[in-house]
Amino acid sequence: MDKVMKNKTAIFLFMFPAALLFTTIIIIPIVMSGYYSLLKWNGFTDVDFIGLGNYIELFTSKSAGFPRTIGNVMLFTAMSVFIQLPIALALALILSRKIRGEKFFVAVFFFPVLMSTVVIGQLWMKIYNPDYGIINSALRFLGLESLTRVWLGDQNTALMAVFIPMLWQYIGYHMLLMYAGVKSIPVEMKEASYIDGATELQITRYITIPLLKPVIRVCVIFAVTGSLKAFDLIYVLTKGGPAHASEVPSTLMVSMIFLRNRYGFGSSIAIFIIFICFFFAILIKKIFKTEVD
Amino acid sequence: MGRETLGDKIIFGFLCIWAAVQIFPLYWMLTFSLKSNSEIFGDNIIGIPREWLWSNYEAAMTVGNMAKYFLNSFIVTGCTVILTAIIGIMATYGLTRMVWRGRKAANNLIMLGLTIPVHAAILPVFIVLTNLKMTNSYQALIVPYTAFALSMAILIGNSFIEGLPKELEEAACIDGCSVYGIFGRIVLPLMRPALSTIVIFTFLNAWNELMFAVIFISDSAHRTLPVGIQTLSGSYTTDWGPIGAALVLATFPVLILYCFMSGKIQESLIRGAIKG
Repeated sequence: MDKVMKNKTAIFLFMFPAALLFTTIIIIPIVMSGYYSLLKWNGFTDVDFIGLGNYIELFTSKSAGFPRTIGNVMLFTAMSVFIQLPIALALALILSRKIRGEKFFVAVFFFPVLMSTVVIGQLWMKIYNPDYGIINSALRFLGLESLTRVWLGDQNTALMAVFIPMLWQYIGYHMLLMYAGVKSIPVEMKEASYIDGATELQITRYITIPLLKPVIRVCVIFAVTGSLKAFDLIYVLTKGGPAHASEVPSTLMVSMIFLRNRYGFGSSIAIFIIFICFFFAILIKKIFKTEVD
Repeated sequence: MGRETLGDKIIFGFLCIWAAVQIFPLYWMLTFSLKSNSEIFGDNIIGIPREWLWSNYEAAMTVGNMAKYFLNSFIVTGCTVILTAIIGIMATYGLTRMVWRGRKAANNLIMLGLTIPVHAAILPVFIVLTNLKMTNSYQALIVPYTAFALSMAILIGNSFIEGLPKELEEAACIDGCSVYGIFGRIVLPLMRPALSTIVIFTFLNAWNELMFAVIFISDSAHRTLPVGIQTLSGSYTTDWGPIGAALVLATFPVLILYCFMSGKIQESLIRGAIKG
């Protein structure tokens, strides 16, 4: 058996396609991005090696607006973790109590997860439309004309207006993961404490939620890295506008590279996004580990 | 626990309201895709269409080019799914059953790919594609989609193959079966559940992907649905009906799939996230 499993040709054949794709499309490009990020380069001629110049510009230049994108993306992350996840957890706990229509509700809450972000973005653009969208129409109908806004075009509301569809789409995903987690907890554990006289709230607080920690950790990682990478919905709804009010690193990167031909500067944003994703993934693992121990 | 208390009724009511909030945008999308502008803009904003304008769908399909975009998305997604499944399962086998130096390191490297955002690769890949004159082609999307789907596919495959007993393979080996025979006749059929999880996962990601598609494809002949819808909404800014129809059309395949196999889809996404 061992001899068969050490067959060099077979190993090569099994691994080659994956290794080739992985190296050429992921590893080499990341190294290239790292190299580009040290250049001042417009994509055609004029290649200047400027060391960490782009990174310095990232954090000091006011006109590039990078610090603001970090602020925005941190706000998204915080809202995902502290608004979206608690709602998802509440729904999961409620639904796993053998409620009437359980399957139906799970299916309904989950469906938006499967939809294309472009479809969702376009749909919400219509919902937010200042003239004919249902939000402003409803406000007018209720006689609250003064509350109507150009939701996506107003610097004060654009960020929230982008967050709501995000919440609407992904709540179902976290709910599903947590719901599956609750369902996998053995019923005996709950019944035992029920017999010992624990109330349902106590059972939830002291048994269900602690046992759910690994799932919650996964959800937190997904919510955080998902927010850090967010692109589609913002690109469709506002393209980062108005006046960078809803700009995030990924939209800034795309506009720097593909609209303004600042290849080097854009690459430094790309490297920053990788870095921050890894940083948070490790941080979250650490936080949950110390809590479990 | 059996009987329904007042508390349960309140909770049930709350769930119904939440479900209504969740469904309403979809209901609105479906109804305005069948309405004329005058209904959408004032006469009948949230009601059922008075006159069912199927011509919106016709406009989206023909003038809006949705039929073509649909086909493109189908080709790109189909090829990505097939390639990812084959290459992913092969690598899973190589990484978990074959014995070679450095396989642990290779596995760890591939798992890092789960955290790497696509942003990281977009510019270098774009430059290479431009130099090879390969932008505006199906391959320009299929190859990167497959590469970025591999980590997840291998993760799903690895966690599944761990549960398969090695004895079957050993027995086949003693009977004189070659390593390819063991893979093709024994492991592959047993991996069917993992394959379907990989297929569902990859399908959803590729079908909905926007960033690569919007940057690598600029001609209408190769546009996928997400980019096509973006273009369509740019050219139909005032006529909402056909846009609504396009949105419904793009969602339809996923909805149908979901109706028939919601259990399997939910299970796949759970497995991809947790067990892996």
